[in-house]
Amino acid sequence: MKRLIGIASWFFPSLTGLCCLLILAMVVIILGDIALHGVQRLSWEFVTAEPRVGMTEGGIFPAIFGTVLLVILMTIAVVPLGVATAIYLHEYARQQSKIVHLVRLALQNLAGVPSIVFGLFGLGFFVAFLGSGIDAVVFGGRLTYAQPCVLWASLTLAVLTLPTVVVATEEALRAVPRNYREAAYAMGATRWQVVRRVVLPQSVGGMLTGAILAISRGAGEVAPIMFTGAAYYLPYLPKKLNDQFMELGYHIYVMTTQSPDVEATKPILYSTVLVLLLVTFALNFTAIIIRSRIRRKLRST
Amino acid sequence: MSTSVAVSVRPDPKIRVQRVNIWYGAFHALKDVTFDIPSRSITAMIGPSGCGKTSLLRCLNRMNDGIRGFRIEGEILLDGCSTLGGRDLTKLRKRVGLVFQRPNPFPLSVFENVAYGPRVHGEWSRSRLGEIVEPALCATALWDELKDRLEENALALSPEQQQRLCISRLLAVQPEVLLMDEPCSALDPVATARIEELMQELKQSYTIVIVTHNMQQASRASDYTGFMWLGELVELDATTTIFTRPAQKQTEGYVTGRFG
Ligand SMILES: Nc1ncnc2c1ncn2[C@@H]1O[C@H](COP(=O)(O)OP(=O)(O)OP(=O)(O)O)[C@@H](O)[C@H]1O
Ligand SMILES: [Mg+2]
Repeated sequence: MKRLIGIASWFFPSLTGLCCLLILAMVVIILGDIALHGVQRLSWEFVTAEPRVGMTEGGIFPAIFGTVLLVILMTIAVVPLGVATAIYLHEYARQQSKIVHLVRLALQNLAGVPSIVFGLFGLGFFVAFLGSGIDAVVFGGRLTYAQPCVLWASLTLAVLTLPTVVVATEEALRAVPRNYREAAYAMGATRWQVVRRVVLPQSVGGMLTGAILAISRGAGEVAPIMFTGAAYYLPYLPKKLNDQFMELGYHIYVMTTQSPDVEATKPILYSTVLVLLLVTFALNFTAIIIRSRIRRKLRST
Repeated sequence: MSTSVAVSVRPDPKIRVQRVNIWYGAFHALKDVTFDIPSRSITAMIGPSGCGKTSLLRCLNRMNDGIRGFRIEGEILLDGCSTLGGRDLTKLRKRVGLVFQRPNPFPLSVFENVAYGPRVHGEWSRSRLGEIVEPALCATALWDELKDRLEENALALSPEQQQRLCISRLLAVQPEVLLMDEPCSALDPVATARIEELMQELKQSYTIVIVTHNMQQASRASDYTGFMWLGELVELDATTTIFTRPAQKQTEGYVTGRFG
């Protein structure tokens, strides 16, 4: 018995340590492989030029541009919607009410839906239903929004990342101590004044964390945008909300599976993956900087 | 049978609590409580843990309203007008403010803490806010200590300064009644003495109700003392009477330390 305890006392710590090492190794190997092969074709031309010769030559600028545009539009859509939902759920609604229960259930289910289903939903709801509706009512039946485009793709991604933002925001709201709220109420503040001047300033950091998580998730998804706006190849950049666009993740998918000469695209494939990672990091990093700016500003006032 | 005792009518009651019963769900937390709170005086509420002191205090500015399953019967009059019927909690809470057990300043600057209340009630001009903040800090003797640190975060202050700040924050909305729920329980004896001193000054212009676990504090600092037990107000009278010759056996037992 004593010996068993003795063995357990070093066996389990070593086991857990080993698992950590394994994870570290996987990350290093994946990133290392991509970086090593990726830098070979990385050049100024590569990130600023258009694809040429069946995507075996030239660059990937349209895809970089499209990815950034997509993620920014998605963030603009999902953050206000998610934050407002969380504020309603946590600050206004009676906690045991049916509607709160239903919304929470919906969010949990939303988080578990495979991303390809979001793609189909986007196609059915945004493109076919909303788009046709808008065309019929606003554009007199002229085909304008009833087609895959950057607007619908970013809204589809927004739906996909909505649970992330709501959960992170609720977490942030829950972290605001009750006694701050009580103090404000005890002075006669209305609910909105408490939310606006006590709760929001305290939780804005957590909300932006939600935005950051959403960006990380959204920037890497291909399936939801496949049917809703991403293009195989476009010789121009999207200029209007109803333009199609190229996107890095989708571009990678296209090059590996749909290109006329898959072998020939391999070298630039690696570089494209590297650029996708860098763009995702850059987007995240921007959000983190914005968050720390806001935090500092709040702390000083 | 009710052991609740109506205090013999004193001139000028600021608040009249009449046959108040409250429930949290099925739990009957206050039973037939009736008493008057005289204007410009300090009324202390004492009693063992869980006897309903906080509940009673929170009824006076309706802080319990948001609690699920909470129900109240009876009447509470402020200057002769009912406070329980109206929907406008803002007005009531502006007149009847609450200081909490733990100092709970907002994580904002000292100035913003005190300016919060006036802002909530619609005062936005920075200069006029300044005119409100200074006297509010003076009233709690914080002005001299903090006049050069107004932009500092309130969480950096000592617990006693924080509690004074919370009182200042309340004074800035110019209430008529101050409710204090064990305001000194997080403070050391020196800080406690200073808060008690402050209360003596504040009672010149405010009506104060204080809940305390500390019987010395009740006997030192209050004009009237009420003894509560298991949701009932057993006895309320002049503090000297309660501590020297209380009318009820239970009160005597409690103040002499034989139970509770
Ligand atoms: N929100 C609530 N929901 C249910 N029961 C409550 C609630 N608040 C208080 N109670 C109950 O009501 C009774 C009185 O509580 P209260 O906080 O008023 O006592 P107290 O005299 O202030 O006690 P203490 O001296 O410990 O602060 C207690 O039995 C408590 O459990
Ligand atoms: Mg209490």
